[in-house]
Amino acid sequence: MTGSERDGDGNVGGDNDGDVRADGGDPFASVGGNIERKQRLGRVFVGICFASTLVGIVALVALIGDVLYEAWGWVTLDFLTYPPSRFIENYYPGGRGAGIYPALIGSILLIALTAVFTMFIGVGAAIYLEEYAAESRLKSFIEANIANLAGVPSIVYGLLGLAVFVRAVGFGESLLAGALTLTLLILPIVIVSAQEALRAVPDSQREAAYGVGATDWEVVRDVVLPAALPGIMTGTILSLSRAIGETAPLIMVGAATSMFVAPVREVSGVPVPDLFGSFAAMPMQIFDWARLPEAEFQHVAAAGIVVLLTVLLLMNVTAILIRNKYETR
Amino acid sequence: MPEDTPTDDDVTAPTPRRNTAPTATDGPRRTEGSLRTDGGQVAETTPSIQEIPETDTVIEAKDLTVHYGDVQALQPVNVRLPEREVTAIIGPSGCGKSTFLRCLNRMNDMVDAARVGGELRFRGKNVYDEDVDPVALRRRVGMVFQKPNPFPKSIYDNVAYGLKIQGFDGDMDARVEEALRGAALWEEVKGQLDSSGLDLSGGQQQRLCIARAIAPDPEVILMDEPASALDPVATAKVEDLIDELAAQYTVVIVTHNMQQAARISDKTAVFLTGGKLVEFGDTDRIFENPENQRVEDYITGKFG
Repeated sequence: MTGSERDGDGNVGGDNDGDVRADGGDPFASVGGNIERKQRLGRVFVGICFASTLVGIVALVALIGDVLYEAWGWVTLDFLTYPPSRFIENYYPGGRGAGIYPALIGSILLIALTAVFTMFIGVGAAIYLEEYAAESRLKSFIEANIANLAGVPSIVYGLLGLAVFVRAVGFGESLLAGALTLTLLILPIVIVSAQEALRAVPDSQREAAYGVGATDWEVVRDVVLPAALPGIMTGTILSLSRAIGETAPLIMVGAATSMFVAPVREVSGVPVPDLFGSFAAMPMQIFDWARLPEAEFQHVAAAGIVVLLTVLLLMNVTAILIRNKYETR
Repeated sequence: MPEDTPTDDDVTAPTPRRNTAPTATDGPRRTEGSLRTDGGQVAETTPSIQEIPETDTVIEAKDLTVHYGDVQALQPVNVRLPEREVTAIIGPSGCGKSTFLRCLNRMNDMVDAARVGGELRFRGKNVYDEDVDPVALRRRVGMVFQKPNPFPKSIYDNVAYGLKIQGFDGDMDARVEEALRGAALWEEVKGQLDSSGLDLSGGQQQRLCIARAIAPDPEVILMDEPASALDPVATAKVEDLIDELAAQYTVVIVTHNMQQAARISDKTAVFLTGGKLVEFGDTDRIFENPENQRVEDYITGKFG
C-alpha cells in the first residue's frame, strides 16, 4: 500500500471509517436453531464418559482400601521372612513368627524365569514376524492364531503345562515347569505387544540404515531394536504382572499351596534357585490362608495380598522407568 | 508493494550450475520413444579436464521395468547416467521417478510386491544378477531421503554409522570431520558432536543425512526430493551442497520442483504419467527446447 491510498483519518482503504456496522440484531440469529440442544447432548455424553472413568477408579480405591484396612498391622518384617504356619498365634507380633517368605521367593523366581523365557521367545517371534516374514497367508494365519491364543483361559494352559512339561518332558511339579507354563500363557500378549512396538519404528529409520549398506541383521540390531525396546519392555513387564497373579495354571502343574522352605538350594555356600524342586507362589498361599476356618486368617490373607500387590506395583514402576529412560535418549 | 512470500523457487536465480560440457562422444542415444543426438552441442563448449567420456557411464538401465503386483509402475527404461554429474529426474506425482531411483540401489527389494525386470548395470555389472548382494551395492550407492531421518544417536555416531558397519578401522574422527565438512555442516556442529542428531534443525538434519551418506565414500548418491521438507533457506544450502558434491560424486536427484532441476542438474530425465521415461538429455536443452510436446507442456506448467 502507498500513502496516497490512505484517507483522511489515516484508515487504510475503503470509505468505512472503521465503524463496526451494528444494526442492533444478533448476527447469528439466522444460524440453525438446534445448536443449543446438540451442545446439551454433548455435555450429557461427556458426563457419561466421566462416570465410566469413575467406576474404574472407585473400584480400585475401594479394593485397595479394603485390603489395606484388613491387613493393617499384619504386614511385618516377620511376615516377610518366616514360612507360613497353621496356627494364628504365630502371625501375631511377638509370636514365633510366620509369614509368606517361601511363596514370596517362589513367586519372584517364577517371574524371573518366566521373564527370561518370554523375552527371548516372544521378542524373537515378534522380530521374525515383523522384520523378516514376507506378507503371506501363512503369516496372517500365524498372527490370527497368536491373537486367538491370547484369549484362551489360563486353566487350559495349566492343563497343557501339566501334560507337556510335568509329564512328557519330565520336569515334575517344579519351578521350571511352572515358569514354562506361565511363559506359554503370556507369550501371545508379549508377541503382539512387541510386534506393535516394532511396527511403530518408522520405515524411514530402517531405510536410513539400509541406505548406508547395513545388512538385515544390522538394521534390526542397531536401529529397530533400540527404538522398539521401551515398548517391548513395557509390554513384557505388564504381561509378567499378569502372570505373577495367576493361580489356575499353577494349580494344574502342581505348585504346593503351602511350602515351608523357599525353592532355593545352597551350592557351596551360594543360594541358587532350585529349578527342579517344588515351590509355592503367593496367589496360592493367599488362597490357602483365605480358606482356613479362623477369622483372623482373613487378615493374614489380606497381608499376603498387600505383599503381592506391592511386588506387582514395583514391576509396573520398573516398566515405566525403563520406558522413560530409553525414550529420552 | 508488499513483498512476496519467498518460495524455494526464487531463493537463487536459475543459473546454469557450471560449464556443462556435453559428453564428447555422444552418439545417437536411445531413450524410450525418442531417438536423439547431442552431437550438435559439442562444438559450443571447449572440452575441459572434468569432461567425462561416454564410456564413464556409471549406471545404465536396459529395459528396466518395475511392477507392483499387477500394476506396472515403470515402462521399460533405457538410460545412461554419466559419472560426476548431477542428473535430475522430474515428472508429475506417480510417474515412477522415485520408483526408478529406488531401483538404483535396490531399495525396492524392501517392498514385497515389487518385481523388477530388465537390467540395471552399475559399472557394467547388472545389479539384479543373482550374485549381487544389495548390501554391497548400497555401499557404492548411498542415499538421502525425502524427510531427514537421522538416527536417534549423537551427530558423531550418525556420521560414523556407515563406516562402522562397513568395517572401517582407520581414523574415524578424521573421516567424520571430513564428511561433515563435505556436507557443509562442520562449522555449525563441531562443538556439539555428542549431542543428538535430532536436536538439529530440519535443514541441518538433512545435511547430517548427507554427511552420513558420503562418509563411507560411495560413488553415487541418490537423493529423493531431499529439499521438499525444508524451508527456502535450508533448500538453498542443500542445493549449493549438491553442486559441490558433483565434483566428487555422481548425483541422481528426484525432484518435483522444476526450477530446482534447472538450477542444479547437468542432465535431466523426464518421466510422465504411466511410468514412462519420455525424454532424457542436457538440462539446458530439455528446459529450453524439449523434443516431446508433452514434456514441453509439463515444463511450461500446462499440466502436472
